[in-house]
Amino acid sequence: MSPLQVTPGAVRLAGLTLGYDRHPAVHHLDGTIPPGDLLALVGPNGAGKSTLLKGLVGEIPCLDGQILRGVPREALAYLPQADEIDRSFPLSVLDLAGMGLWHSSGPWRSLRGERARILDALRAVGLSGFEERQIGTLSGGQFQRALFARLILQDAAVILLDEPFTGIDARTVEDLLGLIGHWHRQGRTVVAALHDLAQVRAHFPSTLLIAREPVAWGPTAAVLTPENLDRAARLSEAWDEDAAVCARDHAHGSAAPDPAHDHAHGSAQDGAAHDHGHDHAHTHGGHRHAHHHRHGDAA
Amino acid sequence: MTDWLAPLLDPFAFGFMRRALVGCLALSLSAPPIGVFLMLRRMSLMSEAMSHAILPGAAAGFLVAGLSLPAMTLGGLVAGLVVALLAGLVTRTTALREDASLAAFYLISLAAGVLLVSLRGSQIDLLHILFGTVLALDDGALLLLGAISTLTLFALAVLYRPLVMECVDPLFLRTVSRAGGRAHYAFLGLVVVNLVAGFQALGTLLAVGLMLLPAITARFWARGLGGLIASAMLIGVMASVGGLVLSYHLGLPSGPAIVLVAGLLYLVSMLAGPQGGLLRRLVRTRHLEA
Repeated sequence: MSPLQVTPGAVRLAGLTLGYDRHPAVHHLDGTIPPGDLLALVGPNGAGKSTLLKGLVGEIPCLDGQILRGVPREALAYLPQADEIDRSFPLSVLDLAGMGLWHSSGPWRSLRGERARILDALRAVGLSGFEERQIGTLSGGQFQRALFARLILQDAAVILLDEPFTGIDARTVEDLLGLIGHWHRQGRTVVAALHDLAQVRAHFPSTLLIAREPVAWGPTAAVLTPENLDRAARLSEAWDEDAAVCARDHAHGSAAPDPAHDHAHGSAQDGAAHDHGHDHAHTHGGHRHAHHHRHGDAA
Repeated sequence: MTDWLAPLLDPFAFGFMRRALVGCLALSLSAPPIGVFLMLRRMSLMSEAMSHAILPGAAAGFLVAGLSLPAMTLGGLVAGLVVALLAGLVTRTTALREDASLAAFYLISLAAGVLLVSLRGSQIDLLHILFGTVLALDDGALLLLGAISTLTLFALAVLYRPLVMECVDPLFLRTVSRAGGRAHYAFLGLVVVNLVAGFQALGTLLAVGLMLLPAITARFWARGLGGLIASAMLIGVMASVGGLVLSYHLGLPSGPAIVLVAGLLYLVSMLAGPQGGLLRRLVRTRHLEA
């Protein structure tokens, strides 16, 4: 098997399968997130959006395939869904945002000299004057702003956001979308799992539509078609407790995709989407979007 | 000397009382901050389980060397650390949550301990192990308490930031650093050494008393983490002094007296504490403008 390559700054997924207890939640995903991309991750509940983000950040191991990161691990920033954070802990907003400076502060160095930087970040998210407040006293929107301040301070090249706008009011969403646009203009890669399709169409140039299987990946307008969305809705409902072992060929170095492979998960399009994955792994290194688009066509 | 101070100072005219005081003060500086973190991580009862897990080690030491503090300390330390590590390992590698895996191990450990003690020794020996010997701390025990206290304070200073981050947002810490796992194990280690220290003075049953009660009481007095730690230490000191003085004047066993004074401070704070105490909640103050 020849080692796969990835362009610096990009994140490449090669035959990636992620899941829990051997059941795939993201199944045979191929493609590359180019540097500077502003990518929306769209799909029904249970489609594997959160799983994919957790995989990208290295929080869960790959069941199969690989993630090739063209950036060092500390250049990845990840915002999980807010309910995983203990907000009753007695911590000030300043300290919460200051966590983002871990790469320069480490476990011991004082943050006293960085106070101005932290205050700047809080100002950028509209939280001036909140620095001494305890995080438990913030509203949902204010807390999300504080987490975005932490992201600013992390200064990461690749930023992964898991449903950052769930339960957040329109004004805050608007502010935070502005911040995401700013990151995009700075050349950072942003990947966000989202549910609001209008928001995606308005702000995100590219989209990956998944429903455990990749449904379509490319320019947002070409991906979010009624046919693709309909297919995603149908695909997402196939969890089979007694599913057979996946027989799909995953050896990326092998000569040709196996035309006769049978697949236990039982969706008719599996084969087509999967063969594209192989083509991609064998032949392409650079031009992402044109290729991903074909996933959509395959549907 | 003023008259009203006399009852407070009289007991410490005796050498064994001074030793007990020094030992308890050392414990009051190190155990309560550990308790604060345990409380904030919702692991309060975990320390109770750990204190039982120490028993078979102490009992094994007792079997080998009789009522010797160094042997029992070493045994307790080993048993506690083994249980903490095994429980952590099982949590990280299987589907079991930490509380469940810890419960399984501490119960095994506790049963083994009771079995070991009953193999040899009398009721009196068992009482010593369970309730401690604060009035009979020798030089070795005092040195050990002092060393554990010093180690704990230094270690907490070193671990402070990763520990706080591990409490608030463990996922975030995992994505930026591997320090979270190490901080977690180091913290469990600190819990164990402090319980062993507590067991010298208060016995395995009550070792948790000076760790948790001051920490929980501090919640009614302070809001920030720094304030919580400082007030927990202060409450620990007050309970130690108060308990020893009471035990001297009323002829009570000192371990339970110390923990009961801590308990009394808790009840008073629960009623009168400025941070969410009962009275404060009953008296409706006028709300602010914004």
